[in-house]
Amino acid sequence: MWGRGRGLAAPAPSPAGVHDTVETLAALFQYLISGLTNGAIYALIALGFGIIFNATHIINFAQGEFVMLGALMAISLYQAVPWLPAAFVGATLAVTLLGLVFERLALRPVRDRSPLTLIIITVGGAVLLKGLAMLWWGKEAYNLPPFSGAQPLHLGPATLLPQNLWVLGVAALLLAGLEAFFRLTLTGKAMRACAYNPVAARLVGIPAARMVQLSFALSAALGAAGGILIAPLTLGVYDMGTMLGLKGFSAAILGGLGSSLGGVLGGLLLGVAESLASGLISSGYRDAVAFFILLVVLFVRPQGLLGGKP
Amino acid sequence: MKGRRPALWGGFVLALALLPLWLRNDYYLSLLNFIGIHTILVVGLNLLMGYAGQISLGHAAFFGVGAYTSGILTATYGLNPWLALAAGLVLAGLLAFLIGIPALKLRGYYLAMATLGFGVIVYIFFVQAQRLTGGPSGLSGIPALALAGFAFHSPLRLYALIWALALGLLAVSAGLVDSRLGRALRALHDSEAAAESLGINTQRLKLLIFVWSALYAALAGSLYAHTLNFIAPSSFDIMFSIKLVTMVVVGGMASIWGSLLGAGVLTVLPELLVVFHDFEVVIFGAILMVVMIFLPRGLVRGLLDLWEYRHFRREGSARG
Repeated sequence: MWGRGRGLAAPAPSPAGVHDTVETLAALFQYLISGLTNGAIYALIALGFGIIFNATHIINFAQGEFVMLGALMAISLYQAVPWLPAAFVGATLAVTLLGLVFERLALRPVRDRSPLTLIIITVGGAVLLKGLAMLWWGKEAYNLPPFSGAQPLHLGPATLLPQNLWVLGVAALLLAGLEAFFRLTLTGKAMRACAYNPVAARLVGIPAARMVQLSFALSAALGAAGGILIAPLTLGVYDMGTMLGLKGFSAAILGGLGSSLGGVLGGLLLGVAESLASGLISSGYRDAVAFFILLVVLFVRPQGLLGGKP
Repeated sequence: MKGRRPALWGGFVLALALLPLWLRNDYYLSLLNFIGIHTILVVGLNLLMGYAGQISLGHAAFFGVGAYTSGILTATYGLNPWLALAAGLVLAGLLAFLIGIPALKLRGYYLAMATLGFGVIVYIFFVQAQRLTGGPSGLSGIPALALAGFAFHSPLRLYALIWALALGLLAVSAGLVDSRLGRALRALHDSEAAAESLGINTQRLKLLIFVWSALYAALAGSLYAHTLNFIAPSSFDIMFSIKLVTMVVVGGMASIWGSLLGAGVLTVLPELLVVFHDFEVVIFGAILMVVMIFLPRGLVRGLLDLWEYRHFRREGSARG
């Protein structure tokens, strides 16, 4: 835009050069903020993938559509009752319910089939949900107002929106809550037991089927929350879920599938890398960056950064 | 089974030859041509998915590489269309080889994701490399294929060319499946470890079949470009890869004739539904889920299985 590529490549030792450096740093900070914001959403989606994977060894390719449905339902609810907390909670609950229905109708009948079959079924589910959303909401993009005003905050030469802080804050809260749930509550521990050893978990009386349902409910809720958080920044549209879902999955693989710390790390790294690349190299190839990283990780270290066994 | 085959092939060739006499309408012929192009794609993908048991969610990329190589080399650089077609095959084959070496070490979800990521990157390249590909608005002015002055520019002439090639590839695929290689593929599908222990180099076999099916896709892509004379990136997106998987699933995995059926049904269906254009995506999604949950062996085989099950159960209860 304003020649920041040049400023980076050859910072001249002159007053203009100093000015360029300040601008470059401000731009870098800007990319970092927007990258972390997107990355927090990817992290929420990545954790959704991980929770279902741990409970069932299924990858739910429809995860991204839960994100889209969260955003669009919140927008519709907000149009009916203009009170954001109600829209947030209502849309999250609706999508959670949908996650449960999806598990019951599409996946429980075929639990023990091959991965190939399960991939095709969840891909079909994703396409179906996206198509239904298009029928219901149409192809236009909808706006959700920011949670607390659109007045940008100035941090030195850089600016950030209050919504950026909302995304980072709520995502951090959700992730911490999730970790506490898995570490401290009996149900959370039971879910982890199922992930480590389903047979042994069943032997000690953990209802495995109930844990699978819970995993779908949790990951649908996480996805929906992610969609609602990002909607004020990106608008809500029927086809937003595909890319978000795939990047969330890329983040999960980058960090190590099934590891929650890995999912968070993967999401944030992917968000920042994408934002830096689109700012410094080319914004057109922005979406390609995530998939390029994904391919490199898959080919070099398929277990991810924090994953144990391959 | 074996005894019925020559009759089946003979009947099919005869039907193909007679069809244009009956359907003397350019619209129907064009539709048949697209079925032919899709058949080539689906047979190739079925060899990979149905027989070798390896998924590709990025097959539209190889289709696109074939189409864009043909399109760019002929429309922009004025190369002979046949040479451009050959170049498309070489490029797609090479790309499949290079991607396949690391990707095919992965299994299940990881392979699905790797092929999907590859497909997305290639699609973004078609959109972004505007100077080369024409970007989102597409590439036009692609000439027709011609053989010694005989140009394949009318739907009828294209029909002859496309279906001759599709028929040839169906025959080649059927032969391949019945060969030693085909048996090795099925062994690989059932258990990679068992296949390995029988002395099959599974890695090389997977790579071979991946490249082979990419070549089918590239050929189909070139034919597509020279048939339509215009290409745009939207024909090569993830949704198209998913449509191809749907065609394989509907026709039945590991079924050569099923590929023809899957391509036929799912090419005609959107045309019938053209009034309900918006329903197309919903229907593809629903078909994928329903067929995979209830009829995992495909539409025809699945319905036959259901019928046989009912039939024999009734007979059984009558006897008992």
